[in-house]
Amino acid sequence: MTVFKNYIKSLFLLELLKGLRLTGRYFFAKKFTVQYPEERAPMSPRFRGLHAQRRYDNGEERCIACKLCEATCPALAITIDVEAREDGSRRTSRYDIDLFKCIFCGFCQESCPVDAIVETRVYEYAFEKRGENIMTKDKLLAVGDEHESQISADIAAQAKYR
Amino acid sequence: MELLDSFLPHGLATVIWIVLKIVLIVLPLMVLVAYYTLAERKVIGFMQVRIGPNRVGPNGLGQPIADALKLMFKEIILPTKANKVLFLIAPLLTLGPALAAWAVFPFDAELVLADVNAGLLYILALTSVGVYGVIIAGWASNSKYALLGAVRSAAQIVSYEIAMGFAIVGVLVAAGSLNLGDIVRAQDGSLFHWFWLPLFPLLVIYFISGVAETNRAPFDVAEGESEIVAGFHVEYSGMTFAVFFLGEYANMILISALTALMFLGGWLSPFQGTFLEPVFAWVPGLVWLFLKTAIFAFLFLWFRATFPRYRYDQIMRLGWKVFIPITIVWIMVVGLAVVLELPWWFD
Repeated sequence: MTVFKNYIKSLFLLELLKGLRLTGRYFFAKKFTVQYPEERAPMSPRFRGLHAQRRYDNGEERCIACKLCEATCPALAITIDVEAREDGSRRTSRYDIDLFKCIFCGFCQESCPVDAIVETRVYEYAFEKRGENIMTKDKLLAVGDEHESQISADIAAQAKYR
Repeated sequence: MELLDSFLPHGLATVIWIVLKIVLIVLPLMVLVAYYTLAERKVIGFMQVRIGPNRVGPNGLGQPIADALKLMFKEIILPTKANKVLFLIAPLLTLGPALAAWAVFPFDAELVLADVNAGLLYILALTSVGVYGVIIAGWASNSKYALLGAVRSAAQIVSYEIAMGFAIVGVLVAAGSLNLGDIVRAQDGSLFHWFWLPLFPLLVIYFISGVAETNRAPFDVAEGESEIVAGFHVEYSGMTFAVFFLGEYANMILISALTALMFLGGWLSPFQGTFLEPVFAWVPGLVWLFLKTAIFAFLFLWFRATFPRYRYDQIMRLGWKVFIPITIVWIMVVGLAVVLELPWWFD
């Protein structure tokens, strides 16, 4: 009996018609496409994009060269050299993040005791020359200066969950 | 035409007149093919809940032109060990028949380039000649993928040719003529005088065989990206590839138009015999034909968006063990109906 039933099913193309009905329904469904340059998908304040280093309001850099980020980085993307500044404070003389190694896990931000290294919402960047993948201290600070308002707003929004 | 005849040498006017008619058929056809490719991308996009190309021009309407320009400026690569002459002839051999078949196609009661009595036979022959292009392309490319694709395609087209031929025999028996115009006139009357009703199994089989003949999904094993890269046209690039593409889409439109002609009454108005007939009397037959063709052309795209590719032995089984027996049985049924003068199609 099932043999007969299957025979009828295939003869009248029933399953193929079912398939056609499905795609036919989707033909009229609302389209999901986000038209990227004009439209953008919503973004969480926890978004982990390009890194930045922050400053205090008086312009002093936050980083105290404790090297916790370097120690916690699972991809070994961070390289830090330490030196005493003229005023005797402990500062980094070199703070490099290799973006080719970085896996954007956000552990550096988690480990930082002074909220100096953060990951911003910036995700549209490209490298044109070899070597541009290394984010030096100057570049990190520049990114931080540019996006400080967004960064502090995001950190404030997340503060109550910490 | 008389005007031309008066100051041109004898015969030349006729030649010019025919060439003009050919241009009038081929040019709109080429535009149609170009926009059919856009329609395909849009329809498949919509069925995948995307919106398809929309960057070039309003709603992506410039896309086919951009594609054509791109293909024209790309390099044509000739494989070192390819047979150069055959390699370049092959694309033309697929496009040529697809265009030539339109010569006997009646667009309206009087609108036909060559009113040939064996029109159906001519079309059957030309749609089969297209396979030579595929075989020669596969052979001349001197590539194992191309050859495998060509072999598959040849076997498939030969198998489905038979079912297709039998389906056409059914139409021929029902209409009592091989002239395409007469076939349409035999369906005169109303929506229910068209052949889709008494010949429904043949309609389904003809159209599915047509899909197989044009190497379209789900019968596109000749291209089979996942197994043999792109099949018979792996080695083709630039304009030679574009010509293959044009041929394929022209063939799809041809099959759609033929199905509309043989089973949906060609240029006849669907409101014939009802009170709406005088209301729509101003619509030219060409428009009805276009709309009916569009139904089947859309089906081609719908199939492609829906079905996964058939396995090769399944294709062969479907062709030989399902379609051919059904068509033979149905030809007998139609023959019986014609002998008994069954109303109202065959009286």
